[in-house]
Amino acid sequence: MMRALFTLGPYAGLIAAAIAAYYLFPSNLGFVTTVVVAMIFVLSLDLVMGVAGISTLGHAALYGTGAYAAAIFATLVSADPLLGLAVGAGAGAAIAFVSGLFLMRAQGLTLLMLSIAVTEVLSSLANKYSGLTGGADGLSFTPGALFGRFEFDFYGQLGYIYAVCVFLVVFGMLRIVVASPFGLTARGIKESPARMRAIGTPVYWRLVSVYTFAGAIAGLAGALGAQSTALVSLNVYDFQRSAEAVIMLIIGGTGRLWGAVIGTIVFMTVHQVAASADPFNWLFVIGALVLAVVYIVPAGLLGLPEMVKKLTGGAR
Amino acid sequence: MTTILSILIDGIAYGMILFMISVGLSVTMGLMRVVNLAHGGFALLGGAFTHVAMASLGMPFLLAAPVAVLVVMVLSVPMERVLYRPIYKMGELPQVLATIGITFLMIASVNRWLGSSPLSIPLPAAMSGAMNIGFRTLPTQRIYVIAAGLIVIVGLYALIERTRFGITLRASVDHPGTAACLGIDTSRVFLLTFALGAGLAALGGILGAELLPITAYYPLHYMVLFLTVVAVGGMGSIMGSFVAALGLGILDTATRYLVPDFGTVFFYVAMILVLGFRPHGLLGKA
Repeated sequence: MMRALFTLGPYAGLIAAAIAAYYLFPSNLGFVTTVVVAMIFVLSLDLVMGVAGISTLGHAALYGTGAYAAAIFATLVSADPLLGLAVGAGAGAAIAFVSGLFLMRAQGLTLLMLSIAVTEVLSSLANKYSGLTGGADGLSFTPGALFGRFEFDFYGQLGYIYAVCVFLVVFGMLRIVVASPFGLTARGIKESPARMRAIGTPVYWRLVSVYTFAGAIAGLAGALGAQSTALVSLNVYDFQRSAEAVIMLIIGGTGRLWGAVIGTIVFMTVHQVAASADPFNWLFVIGALVLAVVYIVPAGLLGLPEMVKKLTGGAR
Repeated sequence: MTTILSILIDGIAYGMILFMISVGLSVTMGLMRVVNLAHGGFALLGGAFTHVAMASLGMPFLLAAPVAVLVVMVLSVPMERVLYRPIYKMGELPQVLATIGITFLMIASVNRWLGSSPLSIPLPAAMSGAMNIGFRTLPTQRIYVIAAGLIVIVGLYALIERTRFGITLRASVDHPGTAACLGIDTSRVFLLTFALGAGLAALGGILGAELLPITAYYPLHYMVLFLTVVAVGGMGSIMGSFVAALGLGILDTATRYLVPDFGTVFFYVAMILVLGFRPHGLLGKA
């Protein structure tokens, strides 16, 4: 009974928070939806960076490809949103697999630069083949009705509920994956690739599969983001998107799924509040926040309780 | 023929700018193992100080530029001590995060101080316009940039290979621990190198303002460009940065002239190919 409460409690909390946000910010549902989409994206990054220890500054490559795939599929084949999600996830996984084949051989700065390069190449190609992608003007489309019955409304109410449901499914799935042998070997590779190889883990292929799986989730986030704004433009591949995701993850705490959730909420809220309070100087706030996390709580916000425990526990 | 010559001149000038800005980054990254995303900020500061010295203080370009470079070098000293020193021992990702934070603060400061529109750095008459070199005329600014780049590489070579500081620097890059055991004050070497790199970045920013316009968001716009030069050249290698900067500069200029609608595809594909075959860069050490 207690155990069930312990595992289900956080979900109840998440659902309660989602419902509260729905009633607290009725006029800002668009923004809250982008936060939910970003949470899925950062969860995917957490799997790559926090769990498997693959450093990347090119996660937008997977997001953007999912977004474009969903939008193109919606204009050319079928506007069904759930099919669109599946297509986005598939495209994200495909691009992650192909790029992962050479990315996962690199480390350190080389890996960071290669991941950026992949994103830039995709961005240039999307710009070049504007017949398919709309180029710099972007590609706008109308997502169809959910389950063929519920139309997306102008206020984004259904869009929000839809995004939250997708998020809950992804979050639940990731909790299972992270605790599975697959997730545990990925964690082991982060700690020591040499030892994992010694006990028989195919390190390279395991990294490629983790990256591919994360690609599916990032692609899904991209598709969801595209559907919620009904528009995809070249900025899905922005370097800034990748960099901000890294910032959000480290602020929250890497390697823990809750870190991705908390970090995204904190970063995007601070960003939104600071940018609307002072459109010219908000970067000061973000810069200070980022530096404060690195210098004061390197483990991220989720590391705070442990830090406090250490500080006070030392006296006992 | 004319096109090829223009591509070469523009490409080499562009490469020299990239080299001046990136070489400090490459050496500091090789030396301290820091992924420093804020390096372009020094180029921005150099450009901004020059702009202010010329526009508000009425200094001529030839005085304003060296003053700006000096101010940036002086400013980089407390930055290294306060902001960078704590992150040397951290992992790669905290370093990325910290230096992004520093970049944001630099952008926000310049944005608050001078606004976000491009900051002009008008060149003196002797450096602008066209120069006749016998069989054709060339933009004078390009020639000055190329000359400055050559002076920098020769100067750096002399500094590294022929001076005592160069010896301690090479020793600290190759093995900081052993260097420290032999009585080399590595933290002083770090500091001097950092300041030198910042100064060179400022110089590159000022001279390259015509090609890479100085705006508050400069460090973020060109961050990837400078890091690419370092990665392709190989961390810590001066010759590597030089070869990579020239190669990438010429390649990028050529694709802009010949196949403009492909954007930066060739630039990044070249990088992927180089790093695919030589993960530590052209002249980098494993």
